[in-house]
Amino acid sequence: MSLKPAVSNTDHTQGNQNADLVIVEYGDYQCPYCGAAYPVLKELMSKFGNQIKFVFRNFPLSEMHQYARPAALAAEAANLQGKFWEMHDAIYENQRYLNENFLLELAQKLHLNIDQFKTDLEKPELAEKVDADFESGIISGVNGTPSFFVNGKKFDGGAEDLFQLLNENTAS
Amino acid sequence: MLQKNDIAPDFTLFATPDQKITLSEFKGQNVILAFYPADWSPVCSDQMALYNETLKYFKKYDTEIFGISVDSKWCHLAFSQSRNLHFPLLADFESKGETARKYGVYNEEEGECNRALFVINKEGIIEWSYLSPIAINPGADGILEALESLKTQ
Repeated sequence: MSLKPAVSNTDHTQGNQNADLVIVEYGDYQCPYCGAAYPVLKELMSKFGNQIKFVFRNFPLSEMHQYARPAALAAEAANLQGKFWEMHDAIYENQRYLNENFLLELAQKLHLNIDQFKTDLEKPELAEKVDADFESGIISGVNGTPSFFVNGKKFDGGAEDLFQLLNENTAS
Repeated sequence: MLQKNDIAPDFTLFATPDQKITLSEFKGQNVILAFYPADWSPVCSDQMALYNETLKYFKKYDTEIFGISVDSKWCHLAFSQSRNLHFPLLADFESKGETARKYGVYNEEEGECNRALFVINKEGIIEWSYLSPIAINPGADGILEALESLKTQ
């Protein structure tokens, strides 16, 4: 199963933009398994960030996790003020407190313009971005969260397995 | 296991404690049958929970989806409520696994359905089928490809 569409400049990326290794995560902000993967990925990026281009795409399981979609929209709204990854990290670091009010508190802590943030949350473009991410996940074969793609191919493993992959790559 | 161009065997199974569903009543619509081993598998990679999120894509193709396992109607009810599912789960419970056997996807050893998908067209003919490794949620991409190819036929 391969990634459709391929990574583009509409994606949220971090690490080395020119890296040969591109890792895409499809994640849900309320999913406990994504929460567990977060610190592992954080460590992965701090150790190998110069070799990896890391992409996050939204895959909110809205029927199961009532705050997954509001959280995805909050991160997209933060992105409009240049703070996508700050919001992404803040949500995963405080996952257990997640609710709509708490997302506003996080926006304040990140010194976002709150009026702008609230207006942006209602923008149809943001909802469309989250939907487009979700749909791309479905047609790419995402079957749960988190799901990873390595250089466009579905990776049958979790964050720990990615770590092992990188360790082996560097050792060789 | 039944394959493309086989006639989809008809069945009548409980969908709720007091309501039964008969496959042949859905002629004129596409139908997805998702046989799966058991209710209550781990949460975020649960196949039924995933299909619950993709219903609107199935609806676009005028398609109904039914989950089928050997769990009882009461078990399905509790599972369905806990996951907030918006499509029917059918109980292949009496005689146990009879429908799964008709489709060739009953696992005698485990006493459960295999993890298998069928896309049935509006005339009741199987358009696509897929047997997934038991531990792997097959996702929805194969189903959507099959529905897309039906649309363009």
